[in-house]
Amino acid sequence: MNGPLLRVENLRKYFALTRGILFTRTLGHIKAVDDVSFEIRAGETLGLVGESGCGKTTTSRMILNLEQPTEGRILLEGEPIDGLQGEALAAYRAKVQAVFQDPWSSLDPRMKVGRTIAEALIVNRWGDRAKIAARVRELLLQVGLRPEQADQYPHEFSGGQRQRVALAAALASRPRLIVLDEPVSALDVSIRAQMMNLLKDIQAEDGVAYLLVAHDLATVRHMADHTVVMYLGRIVEQAPTAALFAEVRHPYTRALFSAVLAAEPGRQTDEIELRGEVPSPLDPPTACRFHTRCPYAMPRCAEVEPPLREVSRGHAVACHLFE
Amino acid sequence: MSETVLEVRDLHTHFFLRRGVVKAVDGVSFSLRRGEVLGLVGESGCGKSLTALSLMRLLPKGGARTIKGEVLLDGENILERSAAAMREIRGRRISMVLQDPQTSLNPVFSVGDQLREAILRRHGASRRQVRQEAVEALRRVEIAAPEQRLGQYPHQMSGGMKQRVVGAIAITGRPAVLIADEPTTALDVTIQLQYLKLLKRLQAETGMAILFITHDFGVVGRMCDRVAVMYAGRIVECGPVRQIFEAPQHPYTRALIASVPKMTGPVGRLTTIEGQPPSLMDLPIGCRFASRCAEVEPRCLEAYPRTVQLSREHTADCWKVVPA
Repeated sequence: MNGPLLRVENLRKYFALTRGILFTRTLGHIKAVDDVSFEIRAGETLGLVGESGCGKTTTSRMILNLEQPTEGRILLEGEPIDGLQGEALAAYRAKVQAVFQDPWSSLDPRMKVGRTIAEALIVNRWGDRAKIAARVRELLLQVGLRPEQADQYPHEFSGGQRQRVALAAALASRPRLIVLDEPVSALDVSIRAQMMNLLKDIQAEDGVAYLLVAHDLATVRHMADHTVVMYLGRIVEQAPTAALFAEVRHPYTRALFSAVLAAEPGRQTDEIELRGEVPSPLDPPTACRFHTRCPYAMPRCAEVEPPLREVSRGHAVACHLFE
Repeated sequence: MSETVLEVRDLHTHFFLRRGVVKAVDGVSFSLRRGEVLGLVGESGCGKSLTALSLMRLLPKGGARTIKGEVLLDGENILERSAAAMREIRGRRISMVLQDPQTSLNPVFSVGDQLREAILRRHGASRRQVRQEAVEALRRVEIAAPEQRLGQYPHQMSGGMKQRVVGAIAITGRPAVLIADEPTTALDVTIQLQYLKLLKRLQAETGMAILFITHDFGVVGRMCDRVAVMYAGRIVECGPVRQIFEAPQHPYTRALIASVPKMTGPVGRLTTIEGQPPSLMDLPIGCRFASRCAEVEPRCLEAYPRTVQLSREHTADCWKVVPA
């Protein structure tokens, strides 16, 4: 198959803000995700970056079918996923799995980890007990744990080990895509590197694709083939990761990059300190949403919305500076 | 006044539990000079936050006790002061900002009330004067329209703004030492940069010394003059930031810096530190990093290494480093 594994087309998610219980009035809409399109190819990693409230988590929740889009479509292997029910939905969930940020809350404390990992297999009637037990052992080995640890409870594991268990559970149904929502940000530096290496090894072995939702640019640089930068529900820049890190275009992305504190003193040269805070998504700025904080804002930035356009191969920017 | 404002000597804070003794802080020594920023870095459980709480004498309930050592604030050992005297010291001479602004502010009082409380604890004054000082405190942390903000509650503010309020409360008594325990970990990167720059400006204005606790080497590079690296309850290496980044001497520091994903250079496999830190209930007699160290030798397992003076300001606890 040549097409992308996952395709997101003009995705929008508006949350209505209402008041009252019986006679509800809609006060407005929070435009959490507003016209977002991208593709993920099989076996690749797409990094989705941005600050709190930029819509990256809402986007990933729609892809996980936990949230229904207000508009737009999501296609897995060319098939739209809206309205999936019963068997088809179960099949979709087997193909698209997730690992979340906090390994303390994502595992059931009263369930042995072997059972947590087996859960997806049991639900999908994957095989008999012996076959499932064998698969659980195989998964534990794959994520660098010992097979006998299947009989332990989550509290017996460290944070890094729990995140490995969560990954084993996600891998159980042999998914095509795993949504990784800040998979390493709760982990210590040295453990973080182990987890990132493991994720890359598994991708090389199984050819699984990742949607990596992260705020740490260095993590994205090491993990992702393509990177999408979001600001207030919109994509402001997207490019192959190497191209993006070689030349950052959008002023917001530049500010984001300059805010990264390099672990190399004296490297900071052209630091852009953004004034103020991210505006409310309930009432986002008109036209370019970044113009209220942009150091290069021009009058037309408040009047005309800049479309996302390609500035070099595969590198697209939504900014009037690049026309 | 001496140049050193805070000196910690051989600090031991242990948890006495029914299961045994957890040696969370086990022989920590460092000094902080007036107007300098010292970073205290390490991974979860290395004892960096408990060190800070020991300095403030705000140990968690449940068996934590400082059993040994001295904390000299302007030459006076504050571990020997009474609880009442300590209350006078906190906020005025040594103050603290915690990681989560959500929990350091009281949700049912307005930020004005919380600021006023901090000001009134310091001196009684007329209402107008206290209000004036509260407005001034908010202005100092660069909060726009401070008069209006005084009447607001924490939930009406963003995370970055709440952390500014916490900062305003912490420095209203003009302390000589500010302990900042991961103050920007809960903030977005662009807001983090704003906050760090603000702290730097405040420090330049007031001349306070900052003990900056973090796990992030990027923050260390941006904020600190010197850095102390902690592992399993002890400082294993301490020195000027540039020297530590460019030529770390302790194998743990080296491995830790190498395992951070970088923004430049080749994208390959990351260096990792295999294994886990030792249990604080059952510490080895030798070097605490020995079980994970790539360069381990027999003597590392036999005795804890001496502290080696590498240059005037640079020390490391390792058998393999050679004194200057």
